[in-house]
Amino acid sequence: MLIQRPDDIKAGEITPKEAYLNRREFMKGATVAAAAVASGAGMADLFIGARNSHAGVKLEGVQKSSLSTTEPANSYKDITGYNNFYELGTDKDDPARNAKYLITRPWTVAVEGEVKKPKVYDIDELIKIAPLEERIYRLRCVEAWSMVIPWVGFPLSALIKRLEPTGNAKYIEFRTLYDPRRMPGQNRNVLEWPYVEGLRMDEAMHPLTILSVGLYGEVLPAQNGAPIRLVVPWKYGFKSIKSIVRIRFGERQPPTSWSKSAPQEYGFYSNVNPEVDHPRWSQARERRIGEFFKRPTLVFNGYADQVASLYKGMDLKKYY
Amino acid sequence: MKSLKPIVFLSCLVPLALLAWDGYADNLGANPIEAITRATGKWTLILLLVTLAITPLRKISGWQSLIKFRRMLGLFAFFYACLHFTTYVWLDQFFEVPSIVKDIAKRPFITVGFTSFVLLIPLAVTSTSGMIRRLGKRWQQLHRLVYISAIGGVLHFLWLVKADIRRPVLYGSILALLLAYRLVRGGSWSAALKIPGKNLSASS
Repeated sequence: MLIQRPDDIKAGEITPKEAYLNRREFMKGATVAAAAVASGAGMADLFIGARNSHAGVKLEGVQKSSLSTTEPANSYKDITGYNNFYELGTDKDDPARNAKYLITRPWTVAVEGEVKKPKVYDIDELIKIAPLEERIYRLRCVEAWSMVIPWVGFPLSALIKRLEPTGNAKYIEFRTLYDPRRMPGQNRNVLEWPYVEGLRMDEAMHPLTILSVGLYGEVLPAQNGAPIRLVVPWKYGFKSIKSIVRIRFGERQPPTSWSKSAPQEYGFYSNVNPEVDHPRWSQARERRIGEFFKRPTLVFNGYADQVASLYKGMDLKKYY
Repeated sequence: MKSLKPIVFLSCLVPLALLAWDGYADNLGANPIEAITRATGKWTLILLLVTLAITPLRKISGWQSLIKFRRMLGLFAFFYACLHFTTYVWLDQFFEVPSIVKDIAKRPFITVGFTSFVLLIPLAVTSTSGMIRRLGKRWQQLHRLVYISAIGGVLHFLWLVKADIRRPVLYGSILALLLAYRLVRGGSWSAALKIPGKNLSASS
């Protein structure tokens, strides 16, 4: 297996984790977990599961990938402190503050629909499906800011191959948890819950598309979509659905949450494209978090070489 | 009451001081320019609403001396509007005039925001006692522009949020109450619309 090392990731630039491992917050969370026994798991199991799945726990055996960018990653502080995750609140600092509510054990991901091998995976089983890789990707939010994030995960294609999709499987739909006790933002219908997203089959099978379970070599924090999320780096960030509980294969293009909320503003494909403006603001430039000057937005978020062929002949202004 | 003026003056500077402190302490989060833009915009709206609340408060409470603070509050609203606009022009657009002009023309929330800002300029310029005397009755008419500016400010906010409209709706509701008061109880607004109401005094 070819292992390459991106040359300018400076470990020294990473903010000390101790500052962000808020142990008091964890204990609060663990207490909530103990109080909300979900599926007959013993209290001890819950505690142990919660502790091992907490942000800050190191993931073992993570390999580097040639698909990572060489651009410098944003700080752990910024990546885990500036989030759009409305299930945990709509301000950028809400998800970190409300992270303690999102208990991620026990957790299952149901895979169903047009596959020969449907299954309900326990999350700890799903994590082991393929070797974990570090994928340092650009993430471009539709709001015109961006970051470089060192995800840890495995290709979605590894999971899909195991499930043996039938000939009718043209699209994949993903669904986030619906549980207002664990996701207090869901008490308000700022979006229709649960959050849903979708990909075309070829987009899902693409080598860049990953399911991510970690960040900076450690377990994914709640505010970044724990315990497992999608990352599709050539599309706007809202396509990279977080805290997944269901994956369904089907024949038809599934509805997606932002498109349901404002169909003239958000489409199914949502490929990053400086030439297709949001109706209310321009997409030509973006602010890379941490930088002072804005930078021009790149078509397909700079991944055009790898993904443009998926959309050959498609009118990207019509299929936004 | 007059001795309270310095206190009100300093209070109006507190949001700016806190913002500057947060900036210095690197406490503005991952996107400080956005945080500064949001904060200065928020305080523009709040101060506009406070300014518009003076007349209803005065009439309800009978504290006529409240009028003494209205000009200061209005000018502070303009001050924060200038900071908000400067942040946009300088930190967001880097003084690139073609880009700014395009934004103002093409993006509705910027069009309405820019208009609301521009409408405040003549009000700030004519805020002096000398101007009030010089313009006489026309001063009243001119300063009704503040209603349009405030409505525009709320629309500016409403049209830029993605999905959570709670805050703009909150500001809009308060504004609606303050404007409805004038409509129902008389004063310059109902006079302008020629609505029969209790015209309690010539200056509102």
